[in-house]
Amino acid sequence: MKLKLHVWRQKDRQSTGRMVAYDAPNVNPEMSFLEMLDVVNEDLTGKGEDPIAFDHDCREGICGSCSMVINGVPHGPSKGTTVCQLHMRHFTDGQDVHIEPWRAKAFPVLQDLVVDRSAFDRIIQAGGFISVNSGSAQDANNLPVAKADADHSMDAAACIGCGACVAACKNSAAMLFAAAKISHLGLLPQGQPERRRRAINMVKQMDLEGFGNCSNQYECEAVCPKEISVGFIARMNRDYLSSSIFSKETGSTSKSED
Amino acid sequence: MGWLRQTTDSSIGGKLIVAVTGLAMVGFVVAHLSGNLLVFGGPQAVNSYAEGLRKLGALLWVARIGLLVMATLHIVFAIKLNLANRAARPQAYAVKTYRRASFASRSMLLTGLALLGYILFHLAHFTFRATSPELAALGEYDVYQMIVLSFQQPLIAGLYIVSMFLLGLHLSHGVSSLFQTLGFNHPKYRNLVGSIGPFLGVLLALGFSSIPAAVLFGLLK
Ligand code: HEM
Ligand code: SF4
Ligand code: FES
Repeated sequence: MKLKLHVWRQKDRQSTGRMVAYDAPNVNPEMSFLEMLDVVNEDLTGKGEDPIAFDHDCREGICGSCSMVINGVPHGPSKGTTVCQLHMRHFTDGQDVHIEPWRAKAFPVLQDLVVDRSAFDRIIQAGGFISVNSGSAQDANNLPVAKADADHSMDAAACIGCGACVAACKNSAAMLFAAAKISHLGLLPQGQPERRRRAINMVKQMDLEGFGNCSNQYECEAVCPKEISVGFIARMNRDYLSSSIFSKETGSTSKSED
Repeated sequence: MGWLRQTTDSSIGGKLIVAVTGLAMVGFVVAHLSGNLLVFGGPQAVNSYAEGLRKLGALLWVARIGLLVMATLHIVFAIKLNLANRAARPQAYAVKTYRRASFASRSMLLTGLALLGYILFHLAHFTFRATSPELAALGEYDVYQMIVLSFQQPLIAGLYIVSMFLLGLHLSHGVSSLFQTLGFNHPKYRNLVGSIGPFLGVLLALGFSSIPAAVLFGLLK
């Protein structure tokens, strides 16, 4: 089938970009979306033009690198999948396909569809860890964890840090990501000692990075490839507010690049 | 008090203030409607209710100042959060498709600002009676007559009815949303919480509109 692509092209962080139209004349419905772009890029390279830059790594929905907004929806039209898991059979012959990078002040565009997501790393550095001495592993049953808690924690831990939640939110809020990271540790016994500090520090870092404020529209949940529940955002609100009001933690943040 | 400043400056703390002040105003609006519906009991019922309110004296002022503080905090924080949200996305998408966001949730700032305009008019109209000499000439407790005379004018009745539907729209998202902001989101109650906002919004819009509508159709005169 044939597609008409409209792709955001931007030379580097400083330049202003624009949407550029390309024809994709030989699209096989069996291809993944990234394979379709690979073919378009081969053509571009053959013609001596710069290929379209995009992030990708695992190509099986686990690394969270691939990131593009397709016809206004982060990760494209199919639910609960990443761009690399999206297949061209979801498109129709002759369709116009608009491809844009994640749009957020906290995710500056580096080139074309590639954005700098290090703001997420700094949110993790601010508190998304537990401090324990490493060494030989404990006996598995030393720390009992209820099955329901373990499952709930795993649901949050499924977040791959792709940033689609930010891209989908009209406010570029990072609340679903931060909530997932705060909750998966907060639901386990190992996460308890630092639970209050974690909530305060990670929210503080999130605000510092310039992400917006949640309006409870739940667009994030609708596009999240791991279908992380917005219930975790309510949980983060509880953790953050109770920590702010009832604990002595004042919070510290990790440094921003600029 | 550094913690307090830090909390109110934060995204989640700011949202908490919008939610708590919004909830307080919802409480007021429900009480206000219950009182207003006494107009269907005739001049005696609603006028003595109004007189009773005025005679609360100091207590009335406590409530008025409380409401003013709630409304001010709500507006200041809602606008502050909204400006930060706009700044968080300097470059808009060429194509944007919503998958979940309701119409009400997308028009919160607009319905909110319209409500602000409505509230200012409403105060000038019924509290200060500054919009027409005819109302200013009525007796202090003749609320019934004031309501009837005003809503016999289709323009004013229409303005009130439209405003009350905007209030309903604001609350249809706002009331459900404040549970999430306050940290309450449980799978068992998710559908219930999601319905409370639209239910209350429609109920309040119909309840308040019934008064101008009844005058307009000659049921109250
Ligand atoms: C007077 C002018 C008003 C303005 C400018 C205003 C504006 C706003 C805005 C911008 C929001 C946030 C929406 C979001 O997060 O996207 C909001 C939320 C809300 N408003 Fe208002 N509003 C006003 C009046 C009212 C009134 C009169 C009530 C109640 C009777 C009310 C109840 C609420 C509630 C319950 C929320 C939800 C809070 C949450 O999401 O947690 N507002 N308002
Ligand atoms: S919450 Fe979902 S959308 Fe957001 S970063 Fe994690 S996996 Fe991606
Ligand atoms: S390339 Fe790893 S998730 Fe898509």
